[in-house]
Amino acid sequence: MNTILIYDGSFDGLLSAIFNVFELRLTNVCIKRREYSQQNFFDAEEEIITDTEKAKRVWMGLSKKISQQERQKIYKVFLSEIPTIENAILHFIKRTFSSEVSIENDYSDPIILEIDKVSKKVDRKKHRMDAFVRFRLTNDGIYFATIEPDFNVLPLNSEHFKKRYADQKWLIYDLKRKYGIYYNLQNVAIVELEISSEVNSSTKALTYFTVDEINFQELWRIYFKNSNIPSRKNMRLHIKHIPKRYWKYLPEKRF
Amino acid sequence: MDFNRINEKLSILADAAKYDVSCSSSGSKRQNKSNGLGNSSGMGICHSYTEDGRCVSLLKILLTNHCIFDCAYCVTRKSNDIKRAAFKVQEVVDLTINFYRRNYIEGLFLSSGIFKNADYTMERLIAVAKKLREEEYFNGYIHLKSIPGASDELMREAGLYADRLSVNIEIPTEKGLKLLAPDKNRKDFIKPMEKVKNEIIQYKNEKSLLKKVPLYAPAGQSTQMIVGASGESDAEIMYTSAFFYKSFNLKRVYYSGYVPISHDNRLPSIGTAVPLLRENRLYQTDWLLRFYGFDVRELLNTEHPNLESDIDPKLSWALRNLDQFPVNINKADMRMLLRVPGLGVKSVHKIIAARKYRKLNWENLKLIGASLNRAKYFITCDSRTFERKDRTAAQLKGLIINGSKSKFRNELNTQLNLFDHQNFQPT
Repeated sequence: MNTILIYDGSFDGLLSAIFNVFELRLTNVCIKRREYSQQNFFDAEEEIITDTEKAKRVWMGLSKKISQQERQKIYKVFLSEIPTIENAILHFIKRTFSSEVSIENDYSDPIILEIDKVSKKVDRKKHRMDAFVRFRLTNDGIYFATIEPDFNVLPLNSEHFKKRYADQKWLIYDLKRKYGIYYNLQNVAIVELEISSEVNSSTKALTYFTVDEINFQELWRIYFKNSNIPSRKNMRLHIKHIPKRYWKYLPEKRF
Repeated sequence: MDFNRINEKLSILADAAKYDVSCSSSGSKRQNKSNGLGNSSGMGICHSYTEDGRCVSLLKILLTNHCIFDCAYCVTRKSNDIKRAAFKVQEVVDLTINFYRRNYIEGLFLSSGIFKNADYTMERLIAVAKKLREEEYFNGYIHLKSIPGASDELMREAGLYADRLSVNIEIPTEKGLKLLAPDKNRKDFIKPMEKVKNEIIQYKNEKSLLKKVPLYAPAGQSTQMIVGASGESDAEIMYTSAFFYKSFNLKRVYYSGYVPISHDNRLPSIGTAVPLLRENRLYQTDWLLRFYGFDVRELLNTEHPNLESDIDPKLSWALRNLDQFPVNINKADMRMLLRVPGLGVKSVHKIIAARKYRKLNWENLKLIGASLNRAKYFITCDSRTFERKDRTAAQLKGLIINGSKSKFRNELNTQLNLFDHQNFQPT
């Protein structure tokens, strides 16, 4: 019989579940987020209550064993939201605690290789958002962008945008997960609010955005069109670099 | 801002600048200062990609396409009958800032046709960069063109505002340059490059002595060569390239397949295909020189003046040096691992890290990401099964080509097709 630990989907929740695995010396255990859990008759299910103290102990414990960078990797992998990724993280943490030396480069362990690969994927998706966010200047002077990243990477992006746009107010909103990060010229905060996708409809553009905003988008489209060399056309490469699902957020690909 | 006028200028001056392939926005150390705008200390970011698959990272424009020179390979040459335009300094500044604030770009790449003379042109380029830095507190990336023949004084100033400076040597050989750009002189290209190199070295030295030294062209210098315009060999291109890397500490040399733009009989005629495959092989060679520890003489020499088009240059080298293989994956040093066809820098680092824990076998190598379809003929690992090692170079080449799919297979397939629509002519 397997034990299934159900947690609330937060990172602290996951660490609390992992704390329980060690505390109760559980074997044959599997961790799932509540939204993915399905009851079955054969396995015992247990609901984990998120406990920041327990989470902190696991997190601090890790810092004694692995580098800051490696710890960040675990967090990144968590943000991928891949349904079974919790078990890979559990395996990674178990091996870390049971080994004298660092196991982070043991790539012949398929799960450690997997962790490495997923964290790189998350990095790439994060980098994509650094690239594909397109701010539009709203009537109330905020540079505003909507995104729908495949992974929940927004928390990773805030540092980059804070450093770069230190002198303008900005808000990046994740339409899929219904939250955003907002910079008020002092610091970045996570804001939960409901923004309808209506802000992206072109007929409503002038209710939300300035006239110059529309003009600059047009200039950008002109620039984009004229920097292409038609005799080198390579649509396969083009689409590989900007997959079609992102086009709706890029003014240069919307006509 | 008069958007209609800017629209027209932008379309002309972006179109004229697009043959400059450099789009790099990385390698600078410029951080955001006093809560100003921008930061270029991180890695480069490609914000978009044009339909030709090239990245758009910088606002790449000419200040003007008026030019006193008449270089045969260039669209903005004096004798070409095209629309001319010129930006005002403030217009370029406004465009850059507004594009940057919307996260369209990493910064500005400003080049120009040469009007009046070299110094006058260079001064205008510097004026834009200076305004961006000192009036707009802009910390994004700025790439300025060094105008051939510009004075040392101006080059010194340019480096204080720009992250990168570049002079395009365009034509790899001096005889080619004589033929295609008779009013230009190799020495004029080299002079600003030399000056910038020396300044960079000097600022670096001062940095070890003084606490605070201003940044001077922190992302270094680059250049570009046109491929396939003047009948040069691959060896001539790569030897020139190796020379510039070595003598001027260049960060990058770019290779640009010649896009036919004129009916000049000294050049390939309009409609000739852009040599994309050749360009690709040259970039592979460039990478082998910079990241894989190869010397240009190993890859190209009097016996092999041109790269093979059907296989990559590393494989080509390995097939000429079969005596150095097979390589034992679990024992070989980094230098030799990097020389194995099918292993890239990342795989090599992973292999070296992973083999400390246990000996690696085929399965491990595959998961790590090695291209075993090529590598398997050149390596041994912790396994009893391996490829026969008595094959000749020609046999290996055949096996590898048949076992792989090149994205260039259409160009490589020179056999006549029975139903080739393009060449088919009804009698």
